[in-house]
Amino acid sequence: MLEIRDLHVKFHSRCKEAVAGVSLSIADGEILGLVGESGSGKSVTAMSVAGLLPRKQCSYSGDVLLDGQDLLHADRAALRKIQGRDIGVVFQEPQSSMDPLMKIGRQIEECLYLHTDMNPAERRARALSAMARVELPEPETLYDKYPHQLSGGMLQRAMIAAAAVIHPKLLLLDEPTTALDVTIQSQILELLKRLNREYGMSMLFISHNLNVVRRITSRVAVMQTGVIVEAGATEEVYSNPQHPYTKKLVAAIPSRNKPDFDSNM
Amino acid sequence: MKYAAKKLAALLATMLAVSFLAFAAFQVVAGDPATDRLGTEATPQRVAELRHEMGLDRPFLVQYGSWLGGFVTGDPGQSYSGGPVADLLSARLPVTLTLSLMAFALTLALALPLGLRSVRRGGRLEGAVNTVANQFLMALPPFFTGILLTWLFSILLHWFRHGAFPGFGADVGGSLWYLLFPAVALAIPRVAQTVRMLRSTVLAEMDKDYVRTAIARGNDRSGVLYRHVLKNSLVPVVTFLAQTMAEIVAGSIVVEQVFNLPGLGRLLLTSISGRDYPTVQAIVVILALWVVLANTAADLINRFIDPRLGGART
Amino acid sequence: MKTLQKAVRAHRNACFIAGCIITGVLLALILLGAVWTPYDPTAMRGSETLLPPSFTHLFGTDNFGRDIFSRVLKGAGFTALVAGGTVAIGGLFGTLIGALTGYFGGAVDEALMRLNDTITAFPSILLALVCVAVFGSGKYQVLLVLGIVFIPSFARVSRTAFAALRDANFVQSARLMGAGSARILFVHMLPNTLHILLPALTIGFNNAVLAEASMSFLGLCGQPPEASLGALLSEAQGMFVTAPWYALCSGGMIVALIFGVGLIGEGLQDGRGDRNA
Repeated sequence: MLEIRDLHVKFHSRCKEAVAGVSLSIADGEILGLVGESGSGKSVTAMSVAGLLPRKQCSYSGDVLLDGQDLLHADRAALRKIQGRDIGVVFQEPQSSMDPLMKIGRQIEECLYLHTDMNPAERRARALSAMARVELPEPETLYDKYPHQLSGGMLQRAMIAAAAVIHPKLLLLDEPTTALDVTIQSQILELLKRLNREYGMSMLFISHNLNVVRRITSRVAVMQTGVIVEAGATEEVYSNPQHPYTKKLVAAIPSRNKPDFDSNM
Repeated sequence: MKYAAKKLAALLATMLAVSFLAFAAFQVVAGDPATDRLGTEATPQRVAELRHEMGLDRPFLVQYGSWLGGFVTGDPGQSYSGGPVADLLSARLPVTLTLSLMAFALTLALALPLGLRSVRRGGRLEGAVNTVANQFLMALPPFFTGILLTWLFSILLHWFRHGAFPGFGADVGGSLWYLLFPAVALAIPRVAQTVRMLRSTVLAEMDKDYVRTAIARGNDRSGVLYRHVLKNSLVPVVTFLAQTMAEIVAGSIVVEQVFNLPGLGRLLLTSISGRDYPTVQAIVVILALWVVLANTAADLINRFIDPRLGGART
Repeated sequence: MKTLQKAVRAHRNACFIAGCIITGVLLALILLGAVWTPYDPTAMRGSETLLPPSFTHLFGTDNFGRDIFSRVLKGAGFTALVAGGTVAIGGLFGTLIGALTGYFGGAVDEALMRLNDTITAFPSILLALVCVAVFGSGKYQVLLVLGIVFIPSFARVSRTAFAALRDANFVQSARLMGAGSARILFVHMLPNTLHILLPALTIGFNNAVLAEASMSFLGLCGQPPEASLGALLSEAQGMFVTAPWYALCSGGMIVALIFGVGLIGEGLQDGRGDRNA
């Protein structure tokens, strides 16, 4: 469904390529994990998929195809039709990623406003059901709240609801749980899994935390300095890492925590 | 509502402080108005009589209290030039008020569209031209522009007759037309400043994370600007506009002189040079009230725009 | 990114250079005017009244036959002196107060800033007018009054700048190394606030020029025969029909002074918020 072939991205302000020949693909209904430390190029890869590369400030080549449609070289107008409708994005910091002066409900239905011809009542109903689906309590009340009135975990649920409200083919999750504390983190992961199961939404899950990625993905790619150094089934990579960098990442996981995390599945 | 009440209390406290300072300051510099009025050759007895008549022999706080009481009820005392201060003010206040509001309206009407335009068009050359034009317009003092406007529209084009302000009592339309020219002179540097302010605020806002979210949802540039960024840029701009209102009032004092307008500014000047302190005092308090009102209004508007100010309503 | 930054920087540099050239020329003229003017600025010559600009009288003469170029030079000197003095007083004390309150914080800081907010809400011209009504309108009185009136706005800018650095790493490490407060404030912090303080100084100077010119235009600054640009302009308004060059030259001088320094300030600004330009 998503196909990235030999993607290169180089920012004018840097001398090295941020992404140096990445190829990966995501099948329908699959969750792919993309792991690496900060600066490894995983976020830039995601940004090129989401059409958020600052095009004037970098040079890029390769193919990013969503169901055969080129995203990397599409013009702005064509891209805007895909953004939000076919690709939803959830960012790391829900507090700063939501418009502080727009009501939660209106932010959740913004994709519907932009990409469908629903009337306000339909949009509202749809937003409310999306809020219920991400297990936000009392959707009717929360609909009229502002972001500063919600906790981080609730905001991230709202962000997910906003990205998923229109059922995009692909959900890009850029470190969606990093800013949250551990219990909230696993709730969000469970939520994402359910969305994936129930709606068959494909996801690209980006994290520096191998442990988090292991809990939600079936396949994982490990990135370092702009290239994918290892890829495969998550359990395989996890239990039998081949590349020295992956070995280091796996070794760095505090293994004692695992059973506790997994127990609430 | 509670917030509004608190703001109102702060406003009253500020005005009380300002009026007290004004009263005290002019009490000190005024010397003895009774001697002033009678001249140095008056008998001490006559002076004492007049002091009693004018209420100058009472304790300071009592004098302040009675002056304040009078001011609030619309009678800010007697002018030294003869006649109640209230009469002097009531003739001139509408002129200054109208002039300032006109200049402010012009500033808003020109600066908002121009500011948004400068945000949307970000070419390199245009950016440079914008900056230089901005700096140049900001350097134009209203009293100089006023002279140039008079020359162009009065002497050359005869669109209005300089010095022949009809007055609101005689001809409202003609008065407004006359006031348009000083209002333009006042507005020019303010427009430039506001455009600059708006532009830098909006551009700084464009770097925020939520803008990226908005783009990721498929907003185009104007969607991002009008649906998200503009509202978020408004709070500092509204605060700035209150300051602009105050600057316009200050500028109108000078511009009234250029255009021969019978406003508060000219009254203030003649009162200062005539050492007519009750009048000066009253004008100072009125202008201060104006400034404080503008700022309070800005605070209230901002709270309306941004629910984060003044705590959450949950 | 780089090309954009370069473009912005180049454009700011151009502003800075242009501003320096304009201000430099004006400053040279003002200094020249302090020691030598082509004619006695107050001498009236009945035979040379109302001459338009020419090589003998660069800016022409007024209806008393006085050389306007000489008058404008002297007037600009007067204005620049008052404005410079104002910025010196306001900048020095304002920065000091702002630095101390911003660095130490506490209740004094709170109280002073409240007071500051109230005072800065009033336009400086208005405050200065009232003070002049109280203290009189001699040159040095006005200079002092304007200087004091300008203190709060400088204090506010400097407070913000210093408070932002209070917990910066380099300040804390200096503190750990045992540096005294004075050393931290003036050796470590001050250089790092200059990118904020210097543009504020240019803006302050321009406001001071405007305030001085406004007040002298209203006849509330200085005694004749010494005349600032504002006083010249007010005089020129009366003879605008017969000698328009008088108003244009004296007003133009004010504009040039503010414009030049404004461009310098623009160039000094660190370009934040204009990144996308």
